[in-house]
Amino acid sequence: MSSLLSHEIGYSAPIEVHNHGFSPYVNNEGTSLGICGEDFVLVASDTRQSNGGYSINARRSPKAFELSNRTVIATTGCAADAKQLVEDMEQRAQYYVHKHGREMSTPAMAQVLSQLLYTRRFFPYYVFPIFAGLDAKGKGAVYNYDAIGNIECVSHYAYGSAAALLQPFLDNQINKAHQRGADTTAKPSRAQAVKLAIDAFTSATERDIYTGDWLEIFIVDSEGVHKLTRELKHD
Amino acid sequence: MFRNQYDNDASTWSPQGRIFQVEYASEAVKQGSAVVGVRSKDHVVLVAAKRSPNELASYQKKIIRIDDHMGIAVAGLTSDARVLSNYLRTEAIRSKMVYGRSLPVGRAVSAIGDKAQTNTQEYGRRPYGVGLLVIGHDDTGPHLYEFNPSGIVSEYYAYSIGARSQSARTYLERNFANFEELTLKELITQGLRALRDTLQQGKQLDTLNTSIGFVGKDTKMTILDGEATQEYLDLLDEEESAAMETE
Amino acid sequence: MDPIELRLPHTLQRPQATSNHEPITHSTEPIVTGTSVVAFKYKDGIMMAADCLGSYGRMAMFRNERRLMAVGKTTLLGMSGDISDYQHMQHTLENIMTQEYDMDDGQRLGTKSIYKCISKIMYNRRSKMNPLWNSYVIAGVDSGEKVLGYVDLIGTTYESPTIATGYGSHMAQPILRKVVEGREDEITEEEAVKIIEDCMRVLYYRDARAFNKLTRAKVTAQGVEITEPYSLETNWDFAESIVGYGA
Repeated sequence: MSSLLSHEIGYSAPIEVHNHGFSPYVNNEGTSLGICGEDFVLVASDTRQSNGGYSINARRSPKAFELSNRTVIATTGCAADAKQLVEDMEQRAQYYVHKHGREMSTPAMAQVLSQLLYTRRFFPYYVFPIFAGLDAKGKGAVYNYDAIGNIECVSHYAYGSAAALLQPFLDNQINKAHQRGADTTAKPSRAQAVKLAIDAFTSATERDIYTGDWLEIFIVDSEGVHKLTRELKHD
Repeated sequence: MFRNQYDNDASTWSPQGRIFQVEYASEAVKQGSAVVGVRSKDHVVLVAAKRSPNELASYQKKIIRIDDHMGIAVAGLTSDARVLSNYLRTEAIRSKMVYGRSLPVGRAVSAIGDKAQTNTQEYGRRPYGVGLLVIGHDDTGPHLYEFNPSGIVSEYYAYSIGARSQSARTYLERNFANFEELTLKELITQGLRALRDTLQQGKQLDTLNTSIGFVGKDTKMTILDGEATQEYLDLLDEEESAAMETE
Repeated sequence: MDPIELRLPHTLQRPQATSNHEPITHSTEPIVTGTSVVAFKYKDGIMMAADCLGSYGRMAMFRNERRLMAVGKTTLLGMSGDISDYQHMQHTLENIMTQEYDMDDGQRLGTKSIYKCISKIMYNRRSKMNPLWNSYVIAGVDSGEKVLGYVDLIGTTYESPTIATGYGSHMAQPILRKVVEGREDEITEEEAVKIIEDCMRVLYYRDARAFNKLTRAKVTAQGVEITEPYSLETNWDFAESIVGYGA
């Protein structure tokens, strides 16, 4: 309006240009990973929440959550959306219990998560979840998703600001990628998985400014969900 | 079939100041098998006698979980109870979603009470044909409420509704003063003791027809059926034989 | 519980759509704004401060704004961003707290519940692409636990021992992290006042939208106390030596 007017009268006032379009998203950064074992799964996330720029919102704002005694979810992306998504999942799990009198199976929950993401196909949850749990036979299963619900069952996965650092490391250590003559069928033991997760995050903290503060590791086995917390660098 | 000319619908008074349709609905509660609720300072318990329509059918569900902190026991039309429990479940989830707190039990009961009252005042509606005992534990401790088709809700230390429930109430009236300090197990035993009084001659409580529900401080709403109830039925028997010996 | 005290809106009102033919408009920028809110945990509870300026763009338009309020008895709310949106939030919260009071059942909304509720309001508004242009800091002592949380116009939430909004996140947060982090249970009230005043002074020196009249508040298990507006000692001697800007 004002630019049109100033063009007409050939005069340009020193106006302040506002470019305040509202964006409903913010990337709160941070990193999550999932590793699938034979009879367990491991999911780990750092707890730093950033504001999308150089500020740290909080050092301890968890983005991985226990959904049931055999499933966990780790998120990255927009923390507000992630929180809503996790609540939606909890609600769906609750309705399932009401309806069927038992807890939802891991594959069923994995499918529900995909559907929840797809219901928001045209105003997506800006969230990249890793969902993990034990299936009916007690075997580990790790699923990763894109923001609109594309689902994939994998042996390991990393999402978030340090994903590009972690993924090749895990490919090499878990799938034995580029290791000539290595046994590519063996799955990591529990101790190996924990060690990998810790090493991966300690290294990522060194190189990625958005990853750090605290590491939360969830391990799901036949006994339930175990949680470990470890300090990462606060810088 | 009419008892009189003032009982066609719930929106007509009789000259004596009664609403017969509402009274008939309250009669429906007495058709259902009895349920008993008892409360201590930390816990609140429901016990129910399940009935099977015939030998080929399964036993009717009597206790329904609403949320981790709340449950109901049903006497009357089970299908009406399901409508009410779905409503309560939705409200419980909403409370958790919006305020992050468990739905206060008293408010939950008031909410279904209001729904029931609407059915007693609007033309063309039918009152619910079910009575409920609602138990729950919230920020103000354990609670036991009765819900009635008339829309009246009341809080109790101990109560019973359903067929032959007067016998249970008589037992409860004599004993409720001692319930406050009881442990969960003792409380369940007291509930079963009261429930047993409602059974027909020759019938007894067993793992098939007994249903137990409880919730309390640090105890999530739990429902026990079948073999899981044996432990408590045994306690009831033990108490019985102990009482015999002292006599 | 007393109903919360509410100021009448007296600041600039946003223009309303006057006819049905106008398109629905959503805010794309804040109009009258308040700058930083600074808050942190200390021994007895949480200390919070905000200045009294309502800026209209770069104009220091309203110089007696209160941006800290009590919600119920034990929750403290601080706001930065659009002041008319804040007043809308005040009305919403007053309604919720009044409803809660009217229930008269001994239940009360704790800080966590209020925090969750405000977060939901903010997230729902952003999901309608019609945000309330604010950042809120919510503080209180809930069941003996110190709670200090943040929520903004996107619905982003986090809890932290130290929180500062707006410019404060750049200028006060580093000071707070250095002095407070790890000492949340040691800092006395006296020290807390000094820390928060240091932060507010730094902000006044450097944030062009800040003002040397502020309110400070503390919330402890005993409740909320908000000070009357007061000014900080400042020293502008250094300005003498700045040469080359303007006259």
